[in-house]
Amino acid sequence: MEQHSHITLPKGSIEKTTTTLNIGPTHPATHGVFQNIMEVDGERVVSTEQTVGYIHRAFEKLAERRPLYQITPITDRLNYCSSPINNMGWHITCERFLKIDLPKRVDYLRVIIMELSRISDHLICNSIVGVDTGAYTGFLYVMQYRELIYEIYEEVCGSRLTTNIGRIGGFERNFTNTAFTKLEKFLNEYPGVLREFEKLFTRNRIFMERTQGTGGISAARAMNYGFTGPNLRAAGVDYDVRVQQPYSSYQDFDFKVPVGTTGDNYDRFLVRNAEMWESISIIKQAYQKIQEFKGADAEIYHADVPEYYLPKKEDVYTKMEALIWHFKIIMGEIDLPKGQIYSAVEGGNGELGFYLISDGGRTPFRLHFRRPCFIYYQAFEELIKGGMLSDAVVTLSSLNLIAGELDA
Amino acid sequence: MALTNAYIQEKLVEKFNDQVFQFSTDSGILSFESAAENNLKVLQFLYEESSLGFTFLTDLCGVNYPDNQGAELVVVYHLHNFIENIRIRFSIAVPVTKSDVFTATKLFESANWMERETYDFFGINFIGHPNLKRILNVDEMDYFPLRKEFPLEDQTRIDKDDEMFGRG
Repeated sequence: MEQHSHITLPKGSIEKTTTTLNIGPTHPATHGVFQNIMEVDGERVVSTEQTVGYIHRAFEKLAERRPLYQITPITDRLNYCSSPINNMGWHITCERFLKIDLPKRVDYLRVIIMELSRISDHLICNSIVGVDTGAYTGFLYVMQYRELIYEIYEEVCGSRLTTNIGRIGGFERNFTNTAFTKLEKFLNEYPGVLREFEKLFTRNRIFMERTQGTGGISAARAMNYGFTGPNLRAAGVDYDVRVQQPYSSYQDFDFKVPVGTTGDNYDRFLVRNAEMWESISIIKQAYQKIQEFKGADAEIYHADVPEYYLPKKEDVYTKMEALIWHFKIIMGEIDLPKGQIYSAVEGGNGELGFYLISDGGRTPFRLHFRRPCFIYYQAFEELIKGGMLSDAVVTLSSLNLIAGELDA
Repeated sequence: MALTNAYIQEKLVEKFNDQVFQFSTDSGILSFESAAENNLKVLQFLYEESSLGFTFLTDLCGVNYPDNQGAELVVVYHLHNFIENIRIRFSIAVPVTKSDVFTATKLFESANWMERETYDFFGINFIGHPNLKRILNVDEMDYFPLRKEFPLEDQTRIDKDDEMFGRG
């Protein structure tokens, strides 16, 4: 091709047969602050480079200057679609590290909260997959039912999105009757809604054709890429932290681990839906177990750990011991034991791990968050390569990427 | 036969003799160390030896111990055997002046971004990494923020006393 002498083009730009397309950082196709620099040949994706870090907030550095209880609000902001799981994961890490045993009732209450947040997480993810395939209805419809979950959080801890729910050793207060009434309302209404939601999508011809065979990955590749959670299970590996390393008395519950076969967008959708049914069943079992506690046992909502669990306010004003502990906790004057621990929970989108190293100071020496979506987002290029651009958008949402967790 | 910590330790010592050391079981996880130049050999052995089968890299992260002369930077690998459901922790230490570590990306695709993150925050140089550049911080940054020498707060402030947090 003849080159005009008065125009200087970048080297190689004439011969180039593909187009560079910049999607993001903020773009309707990316739910969150992600950027993808894609090379596209027509509508086919040739390669992509993901840029992350737009909302990096240095949580690991911040955590090195905070006593344990002040780290909980940081964990809220990881996967903010299921903050309570992050909070509980952090409390459980601390409790394992400090060797605190929890009463069964606390475990069951936690299970209820964690499974509710798993439902709200999967609900958002699956309905967003619907939005990206052109079905807005499902998303708007189920949003009302996430609201019911948030109302339960609100009743328990006072906040909705960034919950800061629970404390080391239990909950900040007992569940009120209203909380249980709201839980019952949710358990009554939600199964019907989920059935309708499935009716809308699962055998929907358009939805199936958009999602089947796109964004697929084999079990071996998924493991090599560090997939966990629903994304790994959709590829056929039945790894679930709740089963493999039970925490919070998950061993007392009877539930299945749904798995897929192809690891594509459709299987991920199905696995998440199936997990929501399992979560409903777990919540029902937990609620039943809680109702079996009678008398004083039915009032227990925290373990007896004065070093880490704030005393009642009226005790602080009237009792010396309580006043001392209150002061020491608030000022962060409690030295941690030396040692290190890795503890994981099954988060909304995979294994959420906390690696805590303590040198005996009052704050962690080092705290590392194993953030599932940071690890599996690497595979995005392999998932979408050679596929259509519009499928890449569906794959992005079906991976359940949450910017807060990605960027820590 | 269920895989036990004792068996893993025995296998490792049999293969690497005194090249692997500092065995401990902190909170149930078998932890051990090796020299930095042996990290790939150990990881590959753990991956390929059929009776061990640590084929899943759960986590890779850095730690900075400024007081350990000649071993200031540590890379910690958490590995998982899904079938036997057992985890191990393996770490290597390098001096801050020559922080060269072989990349694990040939074994685990998942190590790619985790190593980039570790480079980004600690300045550990992963030899052979396909794309070793900053990932969460801006490219122009000229320091490694998770090293202990970089204080979290503005050092010109005098109204805050670090001692309150147990760190003088």
